[in-house]
Amino acid sequence: MKIQIAGPGCPNCRTTEQRVKDACAQIDLAADISHVTDYAEMAALGVLRTPAVLIDGRIVMMGRVPSVAELKTLLQGEATR
Amino acid sequence: MSPFAIFDWLARMLVTRVFGLSLDSHLGASVHFFFYDVPKVLTLLLAVSFAVGTLQTWLEPASVRRWLGGRRSLLGNVLAATVGIFTPFCSCSAVPLFIGFLEGGVPLGVTFSYLIAAPMVNEVAMALLWGLFGFKVTAIYVGFGVTLAILAGAAIGFLRLEKWVEPFVWKIRAQRSAPACESGEGMALRARLTEGWRSSSGIFRKVWPYVVAGIAVGAGVHGYVPQDFITRIAGPGNPLAVPIAVMLGVPLYANVAGVLPITEALVAKGLPLGTVLSFTMAVTALSLPEMVILRKVLRPKLLGIFVGLTTAGIIGIGYLFNALVA
Repeated sequence: MKIQIAGPGCPNCRTTEQRVKDACAQIDLAADISHVTDYAEMAALGVLRTPAVLIDGRIVMMGRVPSVAELKTLLQGEATR
Repeated sequence: MSPFAIFDWLARMLVTRVFGLSLDSHLGASVHFFFYDVPKVLTLLLAVSFAVGTLQTWLEPASVRRWLGGRRSLLGNVLAATVGIFTPFCSCSAVPLFIGFLEGGVPLGVTFSYLIAAPMVNEVAMALLWGLFGFKVTAIYVGFGVTLAILAGAAIGFLRLEKWVEPFVWKIRAQRSAPACESGEGMALRARLTEGWRSSSGIFRKVWPYVVAGIAVGAGVHGYVPQDFITRIAGPGNPLAVPIAVMLGVPLYANVAGVLPITEALVAKGLPLGTVLSFTMAVTALSLPEMVILRKVLRPKLLGIFVGLTTAGIIGIGYLFNALVA
């Protein structure tokens, strides 16, 4: 699974990235996690508000910092798709 | 009767019965100010951000972009500025929104109307203005803010300044995936209220310490700074008070919660309300970090016009309000 966090590197985006990593660790999910900081790339992905979380190129969360619990539910749901 | 009479009554009881102070003493006045304002402002903060957070679920940026696409008339600016009331965003989102709107066919001037109104008319500023200065002042703030956003956006649209947007912006073609979360359409009311609560409690947790600290300083000013102290330095007699207040507001970005309670106390000492409105708008709408990030998509000339128009508008609003009230 490919997970992208989109955000210019402000505290909100960094918190989001950390929480995604924590959530993956807690559910033993080996994901390829990367951080998109380039605005052009972000826009091409369709991100309008930051921070955003994308799974395999699809936006699953946008405009707020998700909690670890929320991310775990989301990632588990995605993993069984 | 004021809807906040209960808070006033509780604060009076606390000061006179529990602390045994006179409301006319310096300390009594300060303590009353603190215990009246803190519960009132925090209650409003929760209520207003809950309302805005819930309404926001109908106004996700993707939907807003669809409504605004291709609207070249003034109606587009009006719509964009009005939607901006209910959709505050953090300054990191300014650039993705800007690119996303232009890419989705929203005209430049309409995009600017949204970009000016959204941060200026935000739930924290509205809750604080309401709690500290009353509903009428809040309505005037929102009215002036939206008008400024409409006019500044319309001016940028009229001047056809697309050439001063960084060229890479026009080359971007976004994928149109069907995102699971952003459309917000067909969400159950319960889910919208949950979202409103989540947003409201998040804002509350972040902002309350500033509110309490600001009110504590305001309480000190209220009880101890001599009457008419401000009238002498920043009252109607000082024609430069409005632009100076605007300059002071720029570096205070995002701290509207901590600063506004202090200005409330200053108003009682003779600071004109129009000056406060200008100051608040400068704190929310003119942020240095936002200008720095916007530079990535705007050529310096367009950035200058955007900042210049907004600053001039904010200063004009302060003078206008002070003149109308005086």
